Amino acid sequence: MYVATKGGERAIGAAHAWLAEVRRGNPDLPELTAAQVEAQLGLAVDRVMAEGSCHDRGLAALAVKQARGDLIEAAFLLRAYRTTLPRFGASTPLDTNAMALQRRISATYKDLPGGQVLGPTFDYTHRLLDFCLAAAGGSPGGAPEAEASTAPSPRVTEMLAREGLMQREAPVEAEPGDLTREPLSFPADRPLRLQALARGDEGFLLSLGYSTQRGYGGNHPFVGEIRMGEVAVGFTPPELGFEIDLGDITVTECQMVNQFKGSRTEPPQFTRGYGLVFGHGERKAMSMALVDRALRAEELGEAATAPAQQQEFVLSHCDNVEATGFVEHLKLPHYVDFQSELENVRTMRASVEAGR
Amino acid sequence: MSTPLLTAPLLTARDLTLHFGRVAALDGVDLEIHPGEVVAIVGESGSGKTTLLRVLSGLMRPDGGEVSYLGQDVLGMGEAARRRLMRTEWGFVHQNPRDGLRMAVSAGGNIGERLMATGARHYGNIREQASHWLTRVEIDPARMDEVPARFSGGMQQRLQIARTLVTLPKLVFMDEPTGGLDVSVQARLLDLIRALVADLGLAVLIVTHDIAAARLLAHRMLVMRHGVVVESGLTDRVLDDPQHPYTQLLVSSVLAA
Amino acid sequence: MSHDPGYNFAYLDESTKRMIRRAILKAVAIPGHQVPFGSREMPLPYGWGTGGIQVTAAILGPTDVLKVIDQGSDDTTNAVSIRAFFRRVAGVATTERTAEASIIQTRHRIPERALREDQILVYQVPIPEPLGRLEPRIAETRRMHAMADYGLMHVKLYEDIARHGHIATSYSYPVMVNGRYLMSPSPIPAFDNPKMDQMPALQLFGAGREKRIYAVPPYTSVKSLDFDDHPFRPIRAPQTCELCGSRDTYLDEVLTDDVGGRIFVCSDTDFCTERQAVREAAE
Repeated sequence: MYVATKGGERAIGAAHAWLAEVRRGNPDLPELTAAQVEAQLGLAVDRVMAEGSCHDRGLAALAVKQARGDLIEAAFLLRAYRTTLPRFGASTPLDTNAMALQRRISATYKDLPGGQVLGPTFDYTHRLLDFCLAAAGGSPGGAPEAEASTAPSPRVTEMLAREGLMQREAPVEAEPGDLTREPLSFPADRPLRLQALARGDEGFLLSLGYSTQRGYGGNHPFVGEIRMGEVAVGFTPPELGFEIDLGDITVTECQMVNQFKGSRTEPPQFTRGYGLVFGHGERKAMSMALVDRALRAEELGEAATAPAQQQEFVLSHCDNVEATGFVEHLKLPHYVDFQSELENVRTMRASVEAGR
Repeated sequence: MSTPLLTAPLLTARDLTLHFGRVAALDGVDLEIHPGEVVAIVGESGSGKTTLLRVLSGLMRPDGGEVSYLGQDVLGMGEAARRRLMRTEWGFVHQNPRDGLRMAVSAGGNIGERLMATGARHYGNIREQASHWLTRVEIDPARMDEVPARFSGGMQQRLQIARTLVTLPKLVFMDEPTGGLDVSVQARLLDLIRALVADLGLAVLIVTHDIAAARLLAHRMLVMRHGVVVESGLTDRVLDDPQHPYTQLLVSSVLAA
Repeated sequence: MSHDPGYNFAYLDESTKRMIRRAILKAVAIPGHQVPFGSREMPLPYGWGTGGIQVTAAILGPTDVLKVIDQGSDDTTNAVSIRAFFRRVAGVATTERTAEASIIQTRHRIPERALREDQILVYQVPIPEPLGRLEPRIAETRRMHAMADYGLMHVKLYEDIARHGHIATSYSYPVMVNGRYLMSPSPIPAFDNPKMDQMPALQLFGAGREKRIYAVPPYTSVKSLDFDDHPFRPIRAPQTCELCGSRDTYLDEVLTDDVGGRIFVCSDTDFCTERQAVREAAE
C-alpha cells in the first residue's frame, strides 16, 4: 500500500552530506581558503558584512565559502551568528570627516579642496573580459604611489550649508533606536530608517533608487560626495569613563544633494540623502542615499506617491534575510491548507454545477 | 423650501483659524447647523471651504477655535470616539467617489460595511437593506453584486450616498458631490439628494462652487473668500440681494453664464 | 541528554529569553493582542518557524518534553529539523506522542487529541495580522485593532458569500478572541478553529519575521467570525481515513497514481497511529 512520503532524519542527513560534497567540488583542485576569499573576493566579503550587519572580514569570508558564493545565504549565516554574540554597548559615532581616504569624488564641482581621489574603481575600466586573469599566476605590477595628501578634504555638503544652501541636519541627543533589539514600528524616524537601509538588500535598494530617477518619486539628485576609506571606531567602556580606539574599519559614505522647493517652514534649499555602508560598497551607498531622500518626502511636505517614498513598503521589504526566508518557505509542505482549498474549490464547483 | 424649526444646534463652530505658512485658510470662522437643515458653503477654489469641511468633521486640526457636536468637543475627542461618530451619526460624501467607496468590493458590500461595522450580523438582512438603498438611489438592485468600478460616475456617486445614508446619520458632510459629473447627470443627482434629505430630515453641510446647486438644496448659505466668511444668511436672501461685493460678483457671474 | 556546550541552553542568551517571556506575559494578559518583540535572527530561515522557535526557546526548561509537528506530522522535514535543533542546543527529551509532550510546537495544525492544562501549544505564525490582506499598512491595522474597528473583516466574509454562496476562507480563518481582538489563528485549517475555543492548554503564537507574539490563555473564548444565517462551518474531506478508519479527523489526500487514484489518511500521524493500535487490539 502507498505510504505518504516521509522526510525523515536520515534523508536530511544525506542531503547535508551531499551539500558538503558539492561545496567542495572537484577534489583534484585545491580547496579555496577563507583567507583567499577575504583577500581576493573582497567586495563579496564587504557586501556580506553590510547585509549581515556584522563587521568581521574573516567570518564574512568563511560565510561566503560555506554558502558556496551565495551572498544572501552568507549574510544569513553571519546574522544568525551575530545573534549569539554578547553586546557590550554602542560605539561613539563614526567621524567620517576624519576618514583616511582611499577614494573621494564629487560630481557637483569640477575641483574642490582636497581634490578628486579616484581610488581603486571599476568606473573607467572597459568591461572586457581579461583573459590574463584566467591564466594562473602572474601578479599585477604595483600601482604608482603618490605622496599622501595632507590637505584637508572638507565635505561638499558642509560648504553648501555654510552658505545657507543646504539644510542642516538637526542634531538629536536622544539615543537612537536599535532595530535589532526593538521591532520597527511605523512611522519610523530617520535613524531607524537609515539602520534598516544600511543592512538592506543592495539589489532592492538599487532598483528603488533607480525608480526615483525614472520619475517614481523623483528628487533631482546630484552626488555631492562619495568617500571611501578607513575610520576609527571609538568606544567608551562605562568602567573606564573615557573613549578607547577599537581599531579602523573601511566604510563607504555617499551624500546626495537634492533640490527642494521650500515649504511652510523651510526656505528653498538643497536637502540631503545619506548612505553609509561597511566596506567598499559604492552602489549600495548611493542607492541608500537616494532612497533615504525619497523617504523624507512626508517630512518635507512632498506628495508621497511612489513606492520608494513609502516607508512601510520600503522598510518592510528591504531586508533580504527576511525576504529570502519567507519566499523560500513556500517550499515547506502546505498540504494541510491545500487540502482545505481543494475541498473549498470542489464545493464551489459543485454549487456552480447545481446552479446550471 | 421652509426653514426648519428652531432647535438646539447640531454642530457649532467658533472662531476657527488655520494658517498654511502665511496664507490664512480659515480666519475667524463661526458656523452653526441645526437638525434637518441644509447649509451650503460656497466660494471659489482656494477660498478655504474644503478645509473648513475637513476641520468641522475632525479630519484636520485648526490652529485655534472650537467645534462642538451635540455638546461634545469634536477637536478634543479621542480618535475612537470620532471614528465611531463617523460610522454612525455622521457621514462624509467625497467629491471623488473613489475616495468614499471600496472599488474592489461589491455595491452590496459597500452599503453593508457601515451596518456590519455597527454590529449587523445577519447576511440576509444586510442584503435586504442594501437592495432597499440601491432602489432609493435609483440603481437596479440586480447589480448589487457588481463592483463599483463597472458603474458610471453618476452611479458611483449615488452608491456613495447610499453607503453613507444606510445608518441614517444625523449630519452629512458633502464635498462638491456633483463636482466631477456631466451637467445632465448633475441635475439628476441634485434632485435625488434633495429628495433624500427632505425624506430623511438630514442635516447636510455641503461645500460647492456651484451657486445653482446651493440654491436648489440649501436653506442657508455661507460665502467664503480667503478663509473668511464674507456673507451668510437664508439662501434666497443672499442670492437675490447680495450685500458683499464678492457675493455680488459670484452671483452675477452665474447669471452672466 | 546534554546540550551543545558551544551555545547557551536553548540557543538564546538568558536576557533575550527574559525579553521574550515578558512579551509572552503581556500577550497572555491581553488575549489576542499582537505584542511586538525584539525578534532575533535565528539559524533557521524566516518563515520556517523562527517565531515559534524563539517562543519555545524562551519557555523551555530542561525537564520539558518537546513535540514538533508540521502539517500534523512529526516526520515532515521541517519538524524533524526543529526537533533536532532543540535536541542539540537544549538537550531536552523529544516525543512524537501528543499525550507525553509538555510543549508542542506546531505549524498548520492543532493535534486531534484534546490538550490538557499542563501542556502549551506553540504556533508558528507567518503573518500575524488578520487584516493584512485587506489593509496592508501596519500603522493603520494597529489603529483598527485599537478601535476594535472590524467592519472591514466582515465585508470580506460578506463578499465571499455574495460571490460563492458560502464563506470561502478555508484556512487562516479569522477569530475573535475574548470578544475583543480579531486574531489570525495562523494557517491552520478552519477545521481546527473550534479546538481553540476554551482550550485548557495555553496557546502561544510566535511570528519571527513580523516580530509579534500573541496568546490565548487557557479557557478563553475563541469564536470564528460568521453571520447568524451563515454560521461558521469547518471543512474537511468527507472521506474516511484509510489507515485508522476515522471519520471525524482532518484528512490528507494522497495521490496513489496518475489516473485519479487517491486515498485519504489522517493528517495527525500520532493520533492515527494510536487509533490503529486500538483497532488492532480490538480485533
